[in-house]
Amino acid sequence: MIKFSKRQLQVPRFLRPVYLVTGGQSQYARAFPEKRTEELCIDALNMAAEFIGMSAAELKSYIHTCYYGHFADHFGDQLLGEAAIHDRLGLDPLGNIGVKTGGATGGSAIWEAAKAVASGYSDCALALGWERMDEVPTDEGNNYIACAADKDWETPLGHIYTGYYATMAQRYWQVFGKSQDSFRRTMAEISVKNHGYARWNPFAQAPMNITVEDVLKSPVVAYPLRALDCCLMSVGAACVIVADEETAYKMCKNPLRIYIAAGSHSLRVADRRDMEIPLLPNETPDQYKDLDEVFPGGHRYPGFTGFLAARMCAWYAYRMAGVKDPTDDLDFVELHDAFTISDIQTYEDIGIRPYGRGRDYVESGDCYLKNPKTGKQGKLPANLSGGLIGCMHAVGATGIMQVVECALHIWKRHAEIHGNPKLWKSFGKQKPKNWVDVQVPNARRGLAISHAGVGSHVTCTIVMHPDHLLKED
Amino acid sequence: MSKQAKVWIEKKAYRIKGEFHTMAPNTPIRREDGKLCGVTNPRGLVHMHSYGAEAPFFEGLAEGKLLGTQCVNNKCEYKGSIYIPFRIFCPDCLSRMKIVDLTAKARKTARIYSFIVTSRTGAFNTLKTPIRFIDVEFDGVCTILKSYQLVGEPEIGQQVIPVFRSKPTYTITDLAWVAADTKKPPKGFRF
Repeated sequence: MIKFSKRQLQVPRFLRPVYLVTGGQSQYARAFPEKRTEELCIDALNMAAEFIGMSAAELKSYIHTCYYGHFADHFGDQLLGEAAIHDRLGLDPLGNIGVKTGGATGGSAIWEAAKAVASGYSDCALALGWERMDEVPTDEGNNYIACAADKDWETPLGHIYTGYYATMAQRYWQVFGKSQDSFRRTMAEISVKNHGYARWNPFAQAPMNITVEDVLKSPVVAYPLRALDCCLMSVGAACVIVADEETAYKMCKNPLRIYIAAGSHSLRVADRRDMEIPLLPNETPDQYKDLDEVFPGGHRYPGFTGFLAARMCAWYAYRMAGVKDPTDDLDFVELHDAFTISDIQTYEDIGIRPYGRGRDYVESGDCYLKNPKTGKQGKLPANLSGGLIGCMHAVGATGIMQVVECALHIWKRHAEIHGNPKLWKSFGKQKPKNWVDVQVPNARRGLAISHAGVGSHVTCTIVMHPDHLLKED
Repeated sequence: MSKQAKVWIEKKAYRIKGEFHTMAPNTPIRREDGKLCGVTNPRGLVHMHSYGAEAPFFEGLAEGKLLGTQCVNNKCEYKGSIYIPFRIFCPDCLSRMKIVDLTAKARKTARIYSFIVTSRTGAFNTLKTPIRFIDVEFDGVCTILKSYQLVGEPEIGQQVIPVFRSKPTYTITDLAWVAADTKKPPKGFRF
């Protein structure tokens, strides 16, 4: 579709407000040779219960329906894994459903749970996601992931998903990055930042203190993408509980408002047709008239340089939540940094910067908690969890982990969890002596982007403190 | 597999012969101290996959033709749009599209929209590394085709022409591209 009808552009509407009550997560790692998936899921649910001072049994007594994010059955070699986990969580005979939208599976599971509450079907719903990516060697894992491309037209071409992103990186670098080395270094800086923030996150899989040079010298996976430009392959679980207002305030003192919307685009990046750019509230119709003049080759939208699905989920979610300008209205974001290049593309898709100018978000220092250029707080810190590059990409859990991280900032309990030496120890780690508290001061509103494939599905979740809503219900 | 799996169709049903699944003995996975943690589950599988109405495209590659599809529905706002990758139905009006031969158009107008070169592949890759993945644009076609280049170093905007595998595998790898000034097709391929 390259034109939208008015009905299709209708702003999504929850029939009643939806609240985020609590959330939890397991440790993340490349492999857990001594843990079953259910152990990780129960770790996440127990954390969610403990976080609001409940026992697991008490928390479960509120849950009415369950939405499970588990993308790749073939990775875990288990069809209907949702049924197994649901049983192990002791939630039978409640209704449950599995959600599979690639890398966006976690976000999509929350989307479904939130709609269940918004519609009145359930007063309280569980969204829980996980992935088991350690049952096969990495090259077989790459083949499995490449099966998320078109099996007849793309997968046989190398069986490596990074390759499909790398062509986008190449095009973006040459058109919007003008083939400059400085652009390549900016991409690398994202990896340095996200691995760096992961050092303060006990759940994270890949904390690293690295430099831009380290990224640029890391092995090529699919040029121009190198190993340190790429997200992790992970095992782990995360969950959130959403509820209507009355139930939410029974369960905890300070639930957060949650808005979520979804967008989609073709499975094959090849199938993208040229179209007009759908404009976000902070953009104007004239803004992109000269895009091809400023950035020769930038004529085709979304081409290989944008993600229409990301643009559309932001288009819907901003209007649902009253966001006019993400940089002004939000306090921090958790983005789907599957690759350093897709992170930059997403800045533009969700309106943090205009198309073609995403690099400025990094180069200005706005994406840091402490802007290295000014020494002051960054305007819109990104991926303080470490993101997919530094923290994890246990696919079905990823979008949920992002929302849990967002909520911890708004609840101002980020340091309580991330700085807890007992938690570090329980994961077999030692809390770093130079541990840094990355709690966003005065956090009121955060956003999480959960993204699949080469942009086949994307969700945009916005979490707000109820005293700081941007529009009336 | 000792007897290669073969599949054919009779009376609209699959007929099969040979080995479709192999099971090797499993082995235990143990910790350093000998404690059992799990087991391996080795096996091989053969899937029977239908190309459905996209089959003419893959048959076309074996004949040295690059086929696309075109919407010919007079009632469609986007009538005339040409697609490759081949799509069976128009994405706008959902009418079945007409198959069109794009071989000549490809020889004249194909050019590289984006590319990468990679030596890393996933399991089961059959292409020789390094692989030059290219995304090919054509005049008058509203989509972009993902493929690979066998002759010449890719650059954005570079003109390329198609080559076809001489002994077809009936997969997308039967199609490759070479720089437009290539005089002789690479080994195992023909113009």
